[in-house]
Amino acid sequence: MNATFLPAGNDLIRSATMSGARLRLAYLTETKFECLRALRAPAFAIPFLLLPLVLYVLFGVLLAGSMSHGDAAIARIMFVNWSVFGIMGPGMFGFGMFVATERGQGLLTLKRALPMPPAAYLLSKMVMAMLFSAIVMVTLVLAGAVLGHPGFSASQYIGIALLDMLGSLPFCAVGLFIGTLASAKSAPAFANLAYLPFMHFGGLFYPLPKSVQPIEFLSPAFYLDKLGLRLVGTASLDQLASGATGPSSHVSLVLCVAVLAGITLLFTGLSIRRLARVG
Amino acid sequence: MNPECLAELQNVSKRYGSVLALDGTDLQVRPGELLAVLGPNGAGKSTAIALLLGLQQPDTGRAQLLGMSPLLLEARRGVGVMMQEVALSPELRVREQIELVASYYPDPLSPDDAMRMTRTTPLGARPYGRLSGGQKRQVQFAMAVVGRPKLLFLDEPTVGLDLPAREMMWAMLHELVRNGASIVLTTHYLEEAESLADRVVVLAKGRVIASGTVPEIRAVVGHKRVVCSTSLSADVIVSWPGVLSVRRERERLQITASNAEAVIKRLAVADPDFQDIEVRGAGLAEAFTELTQETSQELTKEMAS
Repeated sequence: MNATFLPAGNDLIRSATMSGARLRLAYLTETKFECLRALRAPAFAIPFLLLPLVLYVLFGVLLAGSMSHGDAAIARIMFVNWSVFGIMGPGMFGFGMFVATERGQGLLTLKRALPMPPAAYLLSKMVMAMLFSAIVMVTLVLAGAVLGHPGFSASQYIGIALLDMLGSLPFCAVGLFIGTLASAKSAPAFANLAYLPFMHFGGLFYPLPKSVQPIEFLSPAFYLDKLGLRLVGTASLDQLASGATGPSSHVSLVLCVAVLAGITLLFTGLSIRRLARVG
Repeated sequence: MNPECLAELQNVSKRYGSVLALDGTDLQVRPGELLAVLGPNGAGKSTAIALLLGLQQPDTGRAQLLGMSPLLLEARRGVGVMMQEVALSPELRVREQIELVASYYPDPLSPDDAMRMTRTTPLGARPYGRLSGGQKRQVQFAMAVVGRPKLLFLDEPTVGLDLPAREMMWAMLHELVRNGASIVLTTHYLEEAESLADRVVVLAKGRVIASGTVPEIRAVVGHKRVVCSTSLSADVIVSWPGVLSVRRERERLQITASNAEAVIKRLAVADPDFQDIEVRGAGLAEAFTELTQETSQELTKEMAS
């Protein structure tokens, strides 16, 4: 038989045990290529990297600024709220669409058949969503400092950026759950079905009327927003609308953290169970 | 469980809803062999492979891979896989796809070596989404061998390949087996099984209906086809012992029989004027068709009774 197929000095079969270094490399490589391919997918990267910046400048800076005659409290709220908006997309759609597509098109099956460390699949996507959140936060911080003038110190900017990067996790978990249930075609629709209400019921863009305010408690965006506002010592839009000026205090810190962590654990757990059973 | 076997299904059944995909199936993959799994669509080939790879769990019976549960990562680190319907990330380049899969294994080939070996080096920098169907199969093959696996599962590996690419892959498979690898191959191309396989397993309706070397499978079937012009009617001949089926082929009758010689003697007595006689040995194609047809007929009878 033609032996030229063999690369010099290589045999085609090796039995070896996986070293710790090789295992770490598997996680790193998975993560590197997950980020690369998301950045290279224009239908994903362009909307989720650019839209938060464009919408923040348009609505959060220009429109809100002129309507409030440059009110500093409004500028602070706008920055915090649009930051939450900015990190929701990559998590929900990154997981929802990619997982649904990979399930539907056999890639997940192939990876389950290959010796991919199972946790690498979810971890790489989580890091990807956090990388996108980090890029979004950098653009928003720059836009805030140059145009929005919320008057934050450097540490406040960094605090909000880190909070929202971590805060993308519950949205990743919800997106993952959608990705495990929906088909590749229906995943964007289902993701929107969660994304839009989360956004609008989270009280991010306008104060909700008192009668419907309890609905805010259903949106993870609401809790993350409250944490951000608390970090910079500002009231929420709802409170401002009802005349309060002090920092957000009617929802406790512990509740916010507990709800966000709970959503993350619950939906990740449900999804892993489903992925293991159904694939 | 046989400790000699690299992979094994032992009396495995698997049901999807009302469909019994595997029905008490036994399957063994021995060291250093190329095993071809043949069968029509829906025979249970893909299910058998899914169970060996731990993608599905048997309802009853046991599956083992390299002496372990197929669910263990450790077991799958000795295995390379090429699947039938899989869409890899179109944004990643060929070299990146191979590098990613290589990272899952303890001691893989370098991506460059894997590409050189599978003749995919010129594709290395191309985004996977821009490749032709045949090129994608070649890249998937490179991904299957990059981990230097003991055992390869190849599901219809040459579908969509042009002749040079198919021949390259066949030569590669011979080379791998010569180096001590074992290969499980499912295929529709009977010539592929005939020219590559050390052993063939024929599945139909979730059962192993035959297994052995290519000549053994032919011998098990042992059917010959007698073609001749005769004034006798097909209805008469079909009632003779050893005759399995009779079909009219224009002027001639095509008789499939397990004992061709006896049929010819009887034919000569019943119709001394018979003409144009021709006796053909069944190739794997015929063997295969008849094995699976018989099974479905048997099953139909079973269900009717």
